[in-house]
Amino acid sequence: MDRSVDEKRPSLTARARERRPLLLVVPAGLLLAAFLAYPLQGILRESFQRDGGIGLLVEDTYYLERGWFTLWQATVSAALTLLLAVPLAWLLACHAFPGKRTIEAVLMVPFVLPTIVVAVAFSALVGPSGVANDLLTRIPGIEEPPIRILNTVWAILLAHVFYNVAVAGRIIATGWRGLDSRVEESAAMLGAGPAARFFLITLPALRNSLLAAASLVFLFCFTSFGVVLILGGPQFGTLETEIYRESLFLFRLPVAGALALAQLVVTFAAIVINARLQQATPQRTEARSTTPWDRKSAALGAAILALLLLLTAAPMAALVERSFHGGDGYTLRYYTMLDDNVRGQALFVAPIEAVRNSVVFALATVAVALPVGTLAAIGSVRARSTLAEALVQLPLGVSSVTLGLGFLVTMDQPPLNLRESPALVVIAHSLIAVPFVTRTVSARLRSLDPRLRDAAAMLGAGPARTFFAVEAPLLKGAIGVAAVLSFATSMGEFGATLLIARPEYPTIPVAIFRYLGQPGALNYGQALAMSTVLMAVTGSTFFLAERLVRVRTGGVS
Amino acid sequence: MRRFSLPVILLLISCLAALPALACGGDDGGDSLTVITHDSFNLSEELIKQFESENHVTVKLLPKGDAGSMLTALILTKRNPEGDVAFGVDNTLLSRALDEGVFAAYTSPLTIKVPADLRGEGSNLVTPIDYGYVNFNYDIEALKKLNIEPPKKLEDLTDAKYRGLVVVENPASSSPGLAFLIATVDYFGESAYLNWWKAMRANDMKVVDGWETAYYTNFSLAGGSQPIVLSYATSPAFEQLFADPPRKDAPTANILVAKGVFRQVEYAGVLKGAKNEALARKFIDFLLSVPVQEDIPGQMAVYPVNQDAKVPEAFAAFSKVDVAPASVSAEAIAAKRDSWIEAWTKSVLR
Repeated sequence: MDRSVDEKRPSLTARARERRPLLLVVPAGLLLAAFLAYPLQGILRESFQRDGGIGLLVEDTYYLERGWFTLWQATVSAALTLLLAVPLAWLLACHAFPGKRTIEAVLMVPFVLPTIVVAVAFSALVGPSGVANDLLTRIPGIEEPPIRILNTVWAILLAHVFYNVAVAGRIIATGWRGLDSRVEESAAMLGAGPAARFFLITLPALRNSLLAAASLVFLFCFTSFGVVLILGGPQFGTLETEIYRESLFLFRLPVAGALALAQLVVTFAAIVINARLQQATPQRTEARSTTPWDRKSAALGAAILALLLLLTAAPMAALVERSFHGGDGYTLRYYTMLDDNVRGQALFVAPIEAVRNSVVFALATVAVALPVGTLAAIGSVRARSTLAEALVQLPLGVSSVTLGLGFLVTMDQPPLNLRESPALVVIAHSLIAVPFVTRTVSARLRSLDPRLRDAAAMLGAGPARTFFAVEAPLLKGAIGVAAVLSFATSMGEFGATLLIARPEYPTIPVAIFRYLGQPGALNYGQALAMSTVLMAVTGSTFFLAERLVRVRTGGVS
Repeated sequence: MRRFSLPVILLLISCLAALPALACGGDDGGDSLTVITHDSFNLSEELIKQFESENHVTVKLLPKGDAGSMLTALILTKRNPEGDVAFGVDNTLLSRALDEGVFAAYTSPLTIKVPADLRGEGSNLVTPIDYGYVNFNYDIEALKKLNIEPPKKLEDLTDAKYRGLVVVENPASSSPGLAFLIATVDYFGESAYLNWWKAMRANDMKVVDGWETAYYTNFSLAGGSQPIVLSYATSPAFEQLFADPPRKDAPTANILVAKGVFRQVEYAGVLKGAKNEALARKFIDFLLSVPVQEDIPGQMAVYPVNQDAKVPEAFAAFSKVDVAPASVSAEAIAAKRDSWIEAWTKSVLR
């Protein structure tokens, strides 16, 4: 007896030691418990206390069809996004080209645009009297506008790619930079052509990053809301648009609650599957150097870049063009008028104030999400806890409408009396930013060679010293990307914050909505001008962040 | 290592600098009055300031999304309301607010200035503040180019010549969409309204989620394909008032059909459990006072309910409504609203 207990003891402490890194996940856990679990149980309890409607879910196949469509469009969107994100990642990770940083910053901008602005941009580009159709109808023989994609499923898919391609491309590029190019070089030496090298060596080695990117895009599109509602139109619907309609307009809270739960189950399953599929694949620690261009790869690179710019920059350019286009030719009027409270409105939003508020909220979000998310990544990777990692991702799968209502019903009394505090906005933004940070950092952590740590330990460095002296410098790039992503999440978020936004601190999207809410060419023009301001501010922030963090990519100076 | 820590330090410093700005979000001391509204609410700052100084109070305007979102928020927070007064519940959704007991009784002395037919149901709980008409607008230039006359009655719109030319908002997610659906129930009768909608669907009518999408992406005036849009009677006046470059006429006009337009009345009410009930009542009187009533049209594109208030000239010139609106009783709306939406969704969207 005694012996067996004694034998077990060391293994118990070993297990405890293995679990100790989970302490690092505690801040993220607290954030989730207080601002995700608690408000959700509050609104769900409130919802299921009310009667009515729940029978609809079973007797009508409508909701099942919507669920199926949700799954379908999320899968297709993720696949299409990846199809473009891999070439983008190749460009970013393996090659240097002029204007790389600027292009990288431009490609990220769509991520923060409000959907209604994207709808206006698409309509300016591919609408019936948009730039593209205008050009095409000038070709003899084409009478009717040939491009008709608004309010079709293509508009939904295209917009999802438009929103997500840069984020996915970046996540994959981060992994790609860590790939050991010597393997490919040896394969080339042994006679493998570029296609064989790409499909047999590079793609399998990118497994973790590809999975991380695909599942992120899948989650985004699964909970997609504005794109489906506005660009798709009412004939399409995802679970999230149904939750929106049921809770905010039809007021059938039990139906909304049940749909929110269903959505949570599916997204959590997707998160867990993704975490399970992730493997520890040690990669090179120093960044790979960029490959010089040859004629073939330069042509391919140019083609990819042209396609990406056509997809993302062209709609934005069409929007910017319109913001300068008055009824009587080009003008700066919509911009100069932004600062002028012509109607003396009490709820007027001065552009400079909106910019400041947006940036302050975004910086505060980075300040919260970056440490919390990085610690959670380190903790869960060290403890090899799939569950911990999956739980941190949960906010991505939660219905933002439901969460927003949850904040309303639970954050109104001590100790969490935050309903009237702008801190709640920062918390809501951070909640959605943390999963990005954790995901990006943990992907990089997993790719680090464990022998590095062993060597440091052998030389007598404690865990903290090992981290700061050995691993932190290697995580630099990933943390930089994480910071940019959380900044962008905050600049663009307005789902969960719709109901808790503070009028004292109007943000840029709020200002855009003010103008778009009323008829009249001047209001429309000013909404476009304000959208251009949003694009300029976020674009230049990304550019600056890039310089500041200096994601080293070898040959780029 | 050095390069790693520099940006982080910079970031932390900038965030620390940002924190005080965030922390002072609470009260700035003294009496305050919180007004919950929808996103379309606005008033002249000057008038609000006047109310503040006359009553030694700080007024906080708290927009809560669109009309539907605001109402859901009001109901969910009724045990501990976020404000003292709410503005912007309209006659299509009013019954929901009344059923849930969101409002405390109050009848403003100025209500005598409001025509009796606008006071409506629940009049001791809510006070009408403004009204507008939901109807079709058309793009004058675009129809002229197509060589098509604007329709005279709703039935005309099912004619092949209007094929694909009409855009409406989904009544299951939009206020004007719901308002117009109710009008068609009155115009065609309960047994026939769905037939008209089905015919409209067959005639390639477009349905979008909300007003912003309909007006700013589908309507031909903003570069879309449909020259006929479901909007408000005041939209043409706003098109003239906010034209660019300025113009004397309006680029759009109303399609006004007797009983085929819906009169949307917006109410304000004192919230049950208001921290500052006395001032909340005063704010309702303030909303009904002539200066505010004359400010409302230019700010929110609606008509004042106070008979003594004057409306802008553009309203009379381009947005005059000289037909009788649909008349559907508050009881009928309360009892049947949800089933009309359900039936509409089944026959038009699926």
